[in-house]
Amino acid sequence: MDKLILENLNVQYSDGTESLKNINLKIQDRQVSVLFGPAGGGKSTLLRTLNRLNDLADLRLQSGRVLLDGFDILAKTTHVIALRRRIGMVFSRPALLPLTIYENIVYGLRVAGERRKTHLDGVVEKALRQAVLWDEVYDRLNDSAFDLSGGQQQRLCIARTLALEPEVILLDEPTSALDPVSTAKIESTMRDLAQHLTIIWAPHNTQQAARMADEAFFFLQGELIEFGSAEHMFVRPQDKRTQDYVNGRFG
Amino acid sequence: MMRKPLAFFNNRRKQQIGFTLLGAATLVMVLPIIVLIVYVIFAGISAISWEFLTAMPRDGMRAGGILPAILGTFYLTLGTALFSVPPGVAAAIYLSEYAPDNAWTRAIRIAMTNLAGIPSVVYGLFGLGLFVIFLRFGTSILAASLTLSIMTLPVIISTSEQAIRAVPTQFRTVSISLGATRWQTIWRVVLPESLPGIMTGIILGLERAAGETAPILFTGATFFLPRLPNSPMDATMALPYHLFVISTQVPGMPLQIQYATVMVLLVFVLTMNLVAAVIRSRARARRKW
Repeated sequence: MDKLILENLNVQYSDGTESLKNINLKIQDRQVSVLFGPAGGGKSTLLRTLNRLNDLADLRLQSGRVLLDGFDILAKTTHVIALRRRIGMVFSRPALLPLTIYENIVYGLRVAGERRKTHLDGVVEKALRQAVLWDEVYDRLNDSAFDLSGGQQQRLCIARTLALEPEVILLDEPTSALDPVSTAKIESTMRDLAQHLTIIWAPHNTQQAARMADEAFFFLQGELIEFGSAEHMFVRPQDKRTQDYVNGRFG
Repeated sequence: MMRKPLAFFNNRRKQQIGFTLLGAATLVMVLPIIVLIVYVIFAGISAISWEFLTAMPRDGMRAGGILPAILGTFYLTLGTALFSVPPGVAAAIYLSEYAPDNAWTRAIRIAMTNLAGIPSVVYGLFGLGLFVIFLRFGTSILAASLTLSIMTLPVIISTSEQAIRAVPTQFRTVSISLGATRWQTIWRVVLPESLPGIMTGIILGLERAAGETAPILFTGATFFLPRLPNSPMDATMALPYHLFVISTQVPGMPLQIQYATVMVLLVFVLTMNLVAAVIRSRARARRKW
């Protein structure tokens, strides 16, 4: 089922960096969709457009439509705050808030107005279990989030996003700053979550792309070059540019 | 074999000479302050007593205490804080979080920098014209506080804005991505994290206000007050002005009393400095980012 449909999306920053040129694609529900390609390809821009984080940036141009379950999220009438609760984001460096572990996780709920302690406690436990972090931190929820290791911090960020029960999770090079063991844990967690959520992942190397993808989209300098199933894209790509990138001839 | 004549100035020597010169420069800078403090203490300590700090003056200020001046400076500092901190911090938040980068905001910043450089006596005359005469507050704590506030405002806005900008953008991005509004982000994350820096700026700004004579000269300070001020519309004695008058206008003023007054003012100012330094170092120690 089409969860997200991008129609003729064009995005340009005022300073001319990374842009998107006429993007048309469909993201399916309940699978891991991977956006890959060399730096400057537009993957981050696309992710930030999906949760309207680009509203904070200096844009020269943004046109086209992004349909989430049929509704254009780029429309001026869209409730952006509610949108950001439906589409969560995990950043490339663990982006913790200067708060305790507990407060980091419930931050999204608190700003939404939730105050009932029992409800918050329940959410914290559920989110930490989903992010496979509960056993490691259940006894120190009031410690500073910065006391955790890199891998734990990133799983905390995932838990924080999960606390809002989003339908879509965007991940922008989520394991680029982590060791292989933490990376493997996070990849496995997200694969499990893909059974009932939409996961859009921009990996920092092609091997991770090949590991994670159910469907993959190759971006080069702002254009969508080719897309298809993982087997198609990484074993038998059609476009020469995709072939060259997947085979490591450039990147 | 001849040694090269300039072998003495190898890199290690150059570094030693450099550090020695820098150390000497630091000493030259610090020494006068130490000498000043030591001299003041020696000259004035004999006049310091519990009576001096808590009693009213007698015999044309030549005896008794300086309580009204101490209290006056305290009231003026409080008044300045009241009128300069809320608008100052609010302006800093606006300038760093909401204001777009256009000609208008650039003009505001230039105006602020200029305000900071205006001589304090100009503020005093401005305060006289606006608050004392035009708005009919008369020579009062109110007029003097307002005048001092205008003088302190640029300092508070600058340091607060710096403190707010020092908070990493990442915190804001994350907060927004979790569905917070801009104001929620400021209130829940940015302000708490920038509070130590803002408080330091406020304390340093108020400390300057406490020690200035010119702005309060025409707007609120008087030399002789029969009793303590009990309303903002009263005029008041104040330490800097009091010091000026007893040192120049009062014949037969004992030297110890003059230096003792200096000591009190110095203690007031240095304590504020110390509090600011402690806040800064504790915040830095606790900061985990």
